[in-house]
Amino acid sequence: MNETATPQMQDQTLEDYTTADGRKIGGVMMDLKSITLRFGGLIAINDISFNIRQGEIRAIIGPNGAGKSSMLNVISGFYQPQEGEVWFMGKKRPTMRPYKVARQGIARTFQNIALFEGMTVLDNIMTGRLNFMKTGWVAQSIWLGSAKKEETINRQKVEEIIDFLEIQTIRKTPVGRLPYGLKKRVELARALAAEPNLLLLDEPMAGMNVEEKEDMSRFILDVNDEFGTTIALIEHDMGVVMDLSDRVVVMDYGKKIGDGTPDEVRNNQEVIEAYLGVSHD
Amino acid sequence: MFYREAGDFKTSYAADNQTFPIAFDRYRYWVVLAIAFLVMPFIINDYWANALLIPFLIYAIAAIGLNILTGYCGQVSLGTGAFMAVGAYSCYKLMTAFPDVSILIHVVLAGGITAMVGAAFGLPSLRIKGFYLAVATLAAQFFLVWLFNKVPWFYNNSASGQISAPERFVFGVPVTGANTDAWAVYLVCLVFVTGSAIIARNMTRGSMGRKWMAIRDMDIAAEIIGVNPLRAKLSAFAVSSFFVGISGALFFSVYLGAVEVGEVFGINKSFLVLFMVIIGGLGSIFGSFAGAAFIVCLPVVLKLIGVDLFGWPPDLVAHFNLIIVGLLIMFFLIKEPHGLAQLWRVAKEKLRLWPFPH
Ligand SMILES: Nc1ncnc2c1ncn2[C@@H]1O[C@H](COP(=O)(O)OP(=O)(O)O)[C@@H](O)[C@H]1O
Ligand SMILES: [Mg+2]
Repeated sequence: MNETATPQMQDQTLEDYTTADGRKIGGVMMDLKSITLRFGGLIAINDISFNIRQGEIRAIIGPNGAGKSSMLNVISGFYQPQEGEVWFMGKKRPTMRPYKVARQGIARTFQNIALFEGMTVLDNIMTGRLNFMKTGWVAQSIWLGSAKKEETINRQKVEEIIDFLEIQTIRKTPVGRLPYGLKKRVELARALAAEPNLLLLDEPMAGMNVEEKEDMSRFILDVNDEFGTTIALIEHDMGVVMDLSDRVVVMDYGKKIGDGTPDEVRNNQEVIEAYLGVSHD
Repeated sequence: MFYREAGDFKTSYAADNQTFPIAFDRYRYWVVLAIAFLVMPFIINDYWANALLIPFLIYAIAAIGLNILTGYCGQVSLGTGAFMAVGAYSCYKLMTAFPDVSILIHVVLAGGITAMVGAAFGLPSLRIKGFYLAVATLAAQFFLVWLFNKVPWFYNNSASGQISAPERFVFGVPVTGANTDAWAVYLVCLVFVTGSAIIARNMTRGSMGRKWMAIRDMDIAAEIIGVNPLRAKLSAFAVSSFFVGISGALFFSVYLGAVEVGEVFGINKSFLVLFMVIIGGLGSIFGSFAGAAFIVCLPVVLKLIGVDLFGWPPDLVAHFNLIIVGLLIMFFLIKEPHGLAQLWRVAKEKLRLWPFPH
């Protein structure tokens, strides 16, 4: 067995390994065990288990309404599953409000962009730093040295992200005035500003043109490569998924119908049927 | 001429973060402050002080308060009048219970008490939003006014049911009671408005302000970046009420001197301050001043023109006032939610890059 053994095999042993392009994949970071989520009579997620490993790019794919976004919402604490357990960093996570999940180092973007429209790009990204800003209200109200210093330090970090995502020129623009593709990028910037361990991206490339998709793919790879950020992303474009991800979970009607490397998933009969065979409409 | 950003480059983030990033703006505000503190007290007279300047300053504090809650944090309140009453009654109780303590301290403490009351009445905001929250604050408005009328303890069992401010001094100069000078009252209000504006500006430009604005713009996304909605909303209610309480305390103690709660701090007051915030500009400290100035000046200006110049009957002119305010509210709500402050900003933006617009 060589160094670049398939993750599928590594799954069982859970040893660290190095990918073909030299990225290090570690043990399980997020472990979802038998998650079931119901909305009234509707079962959005039906007894799904899968894990996300340290340092990997994990894709979640499936037709519309399969339950992918619901899955991210479970991970980020927006939805509480009726059954199942969420394990993060080796510990079972109790029921937790989303802002507490965020403080554990999980950041995300939304399928329908959720930026603060009334604020500038810079302020939006600065909100990603809120968890690093601890100056009390007294110091803030008189803009004491500590408040000022904290602002400058965090601004510096935000400027790094602005450079990284190449959005220098729109820094002071109110977000409401930006075109769709740039908004997606700013939302990614805000998530990155939180320096997350785990980054959840819900259809980061939806509605983008080819060029924008290429840019976004490059950013996602760079984030993973340079910062070692673990990424779970939902994406429809199969080409993008195959290029980006180390492992893929396939969902359909709330069930998991496939889990493995892009190649394995592509050749999985059930997956092919879900995508190409019978239409669900 | 000197109002330009072209050629005025920022070399550090701190410099870029200044309240007035353009040098000319900074100088202008220093000039305004210098005139307000060093010139006005010498030229002020009773009529202008009581008709315009003092109400303007006191309402500006209330507008700053409401703007933090509504403009920055997106929580609508129709309870401003009642929270001003809380400030007024707190101040009254403190003045009469501790006559030896400075009135300035009483006013600040009254703000603190109002902050706590405001936070308590802000609790429903965790569950309800928008119109329903407005109705809940309306309930607070009526309840508090009723309470201050009903419980004699609040007005020290006075026969009239009113509260009236005993005489108090600052540096030996009377600022409350029957023998005040306009300049002294003006200066007290000016100190409070300046302090309020600076504190409000500092709070809104840092992480607190960003939390409020995040809640305002999209509470779900705010939560996902780690903002605790409970703390953010309650802190907005508390800070907002602090300023509103101070303005109420000043309104009662140094301006009116005696207050009948239903008359002075009724629902009309809530709407008046809300109009100031809407016309001046939601989410802008400067807008709070602009709105307060506008609402305070309009009736005076209309009276000067209509009654004194053209000899129209005063009640007609008063109606004019209402019509103009009403139309402006509609205009700003529909066309320009950021109010006069935004119109001002747009004008500046045009000037900003001058003489090289491209
Ligand atoms: N908050 C909700 N309330 C009721 N039903 C929901 C809610 N969120 C999602 N659903 C339902 O759950 C199913 C899965 O939705 P979703 O997770 O958004 O799918 P996907 O992201 O894969 O397109 C859909 O049938 C959707 O209508
Ligand atoms: Mg979805």
